[in-house]
Amino acid sequence: MLEQFTVRMKRFGLRLLTRPRLDLPLLLALFLLACAGLATLYSAGGGNYSLVGGQAARFVLGGVLLLIISRIPPPVLRSWTPWLYAASTALLVVVAALGEGRGAYRWLDLGVMRFQPSELLKLTMPMMVAWYLHPRQLPPSWKDIIVVGLLIAVPAGLIAEQPDLGTALLVAGAGAFALFLSGMAWWRIGLLVGGVGAAIPVAWQFLHEYQRNRVRTLLDPESDPLGNGWHIIQSKIAVGSGGVFGKGWQHGTQSRLDFLPEHTTDFIFAVFSEEFGLVGVIAIMLLYAFIIGRCLWIAMNARDTYSRLLAGAIGMSFFVYVAVNGGMVAGILPVVGVPMPLVSYGGTSAVSLLTGFGVLMSIHANRKLHD
Amino acid sequence: MSRRRASIKEVRGEVALFRRRALAGFGLILLGLAAVCVRYVYLQVYHHDEFAARSEQNRIKPRAIPPARGLIYDRNGVLLADNVPAFRLEVTPEQVGDMDKMLTDLGAVVPLSDDDISVFKKQVKQSRRFEGVPLKLKLTEDEIGRFAVNRWRFPGVDVVPYLTRRYPMGPEFAHVIGYVSRIDADDLDRMDDEEEASYKGTTHIGRIGIERSYEKLLHGAPGYELVEVNADGRTQAVLDTTPPTPGKNIYLAIDVRLQKAALEGLAGRPGAAIAIDPRNGQVLAFASYPTYDPNLFVNGISSADYKALTTDPDKPLYNRALRGVYPPGSTVKPLLALGGLSLGLRRPTDTVFSNGQFCIPGQSRCYRDDDRGGNGTVNMMQAIEHSTNTYFYKLALDMGIDRLSGWMSKFSFGQKTGIDLVGEVEGVLPSHEWKAKRSKAGWFPGETIIAGIGQGYWAVTPIQLAHAIATFAGHGIPYAPHLLLDTQDGVDSPRVPQAFPPEGPSLVRRDSDWQAVNQGMIDVINSGKGTGKKVGIGFPFVMAGKSGTAERFSRRTDAYDNNKNNAYLAARHRAWFMAYTPAEDPKIAVAVLLEAGAWGAQDSGPIVRKILDQWVVDEGGPRPEALPPGPIATSDAPIESAPASDSSGQGTQPAPATSSELPPDDSGEDQ
Repeated sequence: MLEQFTVRMKRFGLRLLTRPRLDLPLLLALFLLACAGLATLYSAGGGNYSLVGGQAARFVLGGVLLLIISRIPPPVLRSWTPWLYAASTALLVVVAALGEGRGAYRWLDLGVMRFQPSELLKLTMPMMVAWYLHPRQLPPSWKDIIVVGLLIAVPAGLIAEQPDLGTALLVAGAGAFALFLSGMAWWRIGLLVGGVGAAIPVAWQFLHEYQRNRVRTLLDPESDPLGNGWHIIQSKIAVGSGGVFGKGWQHGTQSRLDFLPEHTTDFIFAVFSEEFGLVGVIAIMLLYAFIIGRCLWIAMNARDTYSRLLAGAIGMSFFVYVAVNGGMVAGILPVVGVPMPLVSYGGTSAVSLLTGFGVLMSIHANRKLHD
Repeated sequence: MSRRRASIKEVRGEVALFRRRALAGFGLILLGLAAVCVRYVYLQVYHHDEFAARSEQNRIKPRAIPPARGLIYDRNGVLLADNVPAFRLEVTPEQVGDMDKMLTDLGAVVPLSDDDISVFKKQVKQSRRFEGVPLKLKLTEDEIGRFAVNRWRFPGVDVVPYLTRRYPMGPEFAHVIGYVSRIDADDLDRMDDEEEASYKGTTHIGRIGIERSYEKLLHGAPGYELVEVNADGRTQAVLDTTPPTPGKNIYLAIDVRLQKAALEGLAGRPGAAIAIDPRNGQVLAFASYPTYDPNLFVNGISSADYKALTTDPDKPLYNRALRGVYPPGSTVKPLLALGGLSLGLRRPTDTVFSNGQFCIPGQSRCYRDDDRGGNGTVNMMQAIEHSTNTYFYKLALDMGIDRLSGWMSKFSFGQKTGIDLVGEVEGVLPSHEWKAKRSKAGWFPGETIIAGIGQGYWAVTPIQLAHAIATFAGHGIPYAPHLLLDTQDGVDSPRVPQAFPPEGPSLVRRDSDWQAVNQGMIDVINSGKGTGKKVGIGFPFVMAGKSGTAERFSRRTDAYDNNKNNAYLAARHRAWFMAYTPAEDPKIAVAVLLEAGAWGAQDSGPIVRKILDQWVVDEGGPRPEALPPGPIATSDAPIESAPASDSSGQGTQPAPATSSELPPDDSGEDQ
């Protein structure tokens, strides 16, 4: 029996080496990123181990989910896709119903933990778009585009209503990237983008003044120096004072002295920039670029349309996180609740991100062996 | 089924399309990430200096360190005001759960007054949660002990040491030194920005007395420390310290021994006693009674104590020496005599016949002498010696009210003497102009006549009279009276004398004028017949002086008052006595007022003597024998302002000060 076990282990080890289920470069990049995130979190939290411990626990949970999902073959995922999409959208409706008249409401309280249904859509949305486009003749027709548009608009609209613009943006982005990767003609993209652009001034006319003011503050936070403006100003001071080489790990005064709000969550990248400077920023941007590139590489080697579109969309939506959070911290994008992936503390985002990478690992494991 | 449909797609083309799209997408993403990086370059390279500076401004704040207030000494280095360590209870609100319950529980350990609690609650609202707010100041040792035992029950409550102002002499110097009290919003409103900056961190400011007039010297300049703060303003670390410059120490001209002698002399009777060095204007004693304990005010006086002080009928807060106004009575006669000489209206030898009453030529109204039947034929010296009213009625009439007030104003009557205390009043020196502003009635000659004996509208403060006699004693050289003597940078530094030059040339035209008046005042005390004849008994130097007994009320009858009961008279009279010594070369001049004294020489004279006896001791001489008990003089001028009816007996009431438009005779009672 012991002998049998040894043989099995040997076989498993061989399989890992010859045909690994996990993409080691991607895994390594994610590991490095998580380490950078934990180190920054340790500093931002003022040497608080419970904060770092909590985040590490999330990484472990996310890692376990990653391993489990990497074992599920993409066709199985595809067959579950409509149900997952329908279920997560239904939960959004439930949240909207519960939250009636209660302001911002995003959570479902499961007793043990609180749970954000919108987080599910980050994954089920690209799955659904990929599922829909998988059997179609690509590039997609206008009809397909409209159907995909509706598939995207309904949950994204519900999330934006919560209101959680950041997540709505990520969810819509994930769906749109799948559409983009499916080969939607450039002229159609141009027409859509142009149409939306042209609609903005018209829509502006129909907004109430208070709604316009809300948009104005969103676009120009410094006009509201006590609210979001304070965040942005302090964040820019943190980033700018970091200089080229940074103030050094645990020497960032902006976060240590609490000038920087949300410095463990949405604004943690300002702490990173303050302590590690431009050198650190470029290094971490290269790491993100590598992860996105690796995702797209996995997508290109995927064995069917569903896998391709899904892997590509997950990789590209990773970019939305980085660009929106990085731009927000640097004061060029409005303050919306988008975390810096795998660096920001808390929430379910670390878990859902790693789950997404689990899907990528599964796609990688089931790639075409040769062209 | 989906698998079958997929198989009919053109898979190869689709894969190629996806590759192109993925590459295009990746290119766009790299562009996007590069754009973000460009923004970071912009912030971290091109604007690094600006943001680095703002980051420093964020975290580094200057914090003021208040200077230690200068100490106050008397001329011999006796401490009059210092800073002593004390302990207070301080509460940090963020560490207290239920504030009301804590206060109730704490009140059982350390008694807390309603005042303490209401002031505390007000301050809690104005300060930040993590800052300590004082709850009770000046804890006793007993209270500290009881709190220490129960400390564990009160998280967030601490005993904190601090420096507080203390006046070791208490009430004896309250009217000189005054006190400091907490800076309030009005104080801050008065200050300009620079001044306000110099009070950063300081809690107290001079409110009255020397503490107020020399606030700038005593305060010093604050130091600064640079502290690292967090976003709440909570101090994290001290980075740099610039120590404060302590306030200068002040030495007063006052001699504690003379001050005590003055207060002992007043012996609990409302009044004032002032001693000035005529050679330089230094105020050697400045007593006003009743007085109060200035220590009560330093850390906020309780409302019960304050009420007791303000409702006391003797008004202990009222600085009689500086602000009390009283008719000067006969004390001004020597100065009037000097005026007569200076203006060429009299020679010392010119005589006047005093038969008991003086009538205005051509009018039927007559004014009395002190003594029934008068003093006979008197020259100037004798007129001063006996305080002969007729002599001065006539002199005043010859001088006219405007020349009289013009002359007297040179001695600071009717204006501030310029003593270095805040709140001095001007009193009243009547003139045509003065009356025209207040009454349509015009000036009556009778009002000039009674001005000649220091009655009527004329009202002076004790400091004015002291200043006037000191100016005369100093051969007419006018020095503004001043309490400040020296300053000192620190206890080990040398004392720096402060210059107080005379304010003008001598008021005496000829030395012979001064000698004549001086002789008159020597005779008051030394001739054996003068009004102050017993004040100088046993005194080692020649003393010169003048008494004054001023009427508080206008006479209602023409009859001589035969009531010799002292208590009755004290209720009607103000008793003045002023003197200087040695007469040939005066070194000290004293003026004393008793608000309720029967006779100037009899009641105020011994107080002057007591001060001068102490002065002799201070100068190194043996203590002169105490004055024998009993009346010193009885024939001072009790009825100086009393107009005598003429023989036709028309019963007119010429008392001038009864018009309701005019201030009452006894304006000294006000305030």
